[in-house]
Amino acid sequence: MARRGGAPEVSAGSMADIAFLLLIFFLVTTTIETDAGLDRMLPPIEPPDTDVIIKERNIFQVLINKNGQLLADDNQIELKDLRAKAIEFLDNNGDGSCNYCQGKKDPESSDNPTKAIISLKNDRETKYSTYITVQNELVGAYNELRNREALKRYKRTFVELEADFLNPETKESLGETEYEELKAKVKKIQELYPQKLSEAETSSSN
Amino acid sequence: MSKFAKKKDGELPAVSTASLPDIVFMLLFFFMTVTVMKDSSLKVKNELPVASEIKKLEKKERVITIFVGSPNREFQKTFGSEPKIQLNDKFASPNEVGDYILMERAKKSQELQNVLTTSLKVDKDANMGLISDIKMELRKVNALKVNYTTGSGDAFSNLQ
Repeated sequence: MARRGGAPEVSAGSMADIAFLLLIFFLVTTTIETDAGLDRMLPPIEPPDTDVIIKERNIFQVLINKNGQLLADDNQIELKDLRAKAIEFLDNNGDGSCNYCQGKKDPESSDNPTKAIISLKNDRETKYSTYITVQNELVGAYNELRNREALKRYKRTFVELEADFLNPETKESLGETEYEELKAKVKKIQELYPQKLSEAETSSSN
Repeated sequence: MSKFAKKKDGELPAVSTASLPDIVFMLLFFFMTVTVMKDSSLKVKNELPVASEIKKLEKKERVITIFVGSPNREFQKTFGSEPKIQLNDKFASPNEVGDYILMERAKKSQELQNVLTTSLKVDKDANMGLISDIKMELRKVNALKVNYTTGSGDAFSNLQ
């Protein structure tokens, strides 16, 4: 049975379709790895022209020593309690001027979230990983409060809103007016709980 | 039976290569999307800490990266094992950071110069002293937007 004719030509017409199908599949499923991290603004080096007087009760002081121990407002606390303590401080509403807060209205703690400042100070020998954990907890405290407020007002968490707002694709998919609306929402929440996290210069050891 | 045998006459036809470009393009696109360009080789140990409240660092062209960590083993003889700053391809001291930022900033286009972020990729075993020096230098050159680049995960796992 010698093959006289050989195989018939394989139709290659659908090959391109298959190739495109695969291409689209990989395009959709692969994500390009982007770096992520904690965003922070450093204070400008020139001191402000006018000295602002801040009441001591409006400052929540967090100190990290070189062994990674925490001192929050003169009490030694565990790292895992820091977030709750920070929330308590920010949401305190001491003078009753904040109608969206749910704090205890302790007159010894912050007056209003817009006035509350968290001051973070660390030692030169503090380990970076400890520092990042503390930063993460403090940012987490802000985010928790912002999420609560955003859920109440807009039925979505602040983290979602902000991620949408920062995503460059949102502008095209939403359209101009809705994008402006989103921007206004993000700004509004940021106004209600402004992130006032001051990082003073590090003190030297001992 | 004979239905199939009938066609087998004539020469063996060449396999069509018409789809070859498609396949090649497909592979090309695939690799284009998944590869991350690495512009400088790391000379320091760079194990990033993890955090949970992170934000993505969008738009690569707006980012200047500073690496900090203890030098790799082959450099430890000359540079010691204390954490060092790596800028581009070489080790640097804290007071060179400002010049580096200014130089990098000058390379970017005009409209990007005010929206640059400095990404600090710091090894988790580094001390804050060095980071504070860097932060001071960044403030001097008015590069105030920083991003402590981390992995994502439970922040408390850093402490072990």
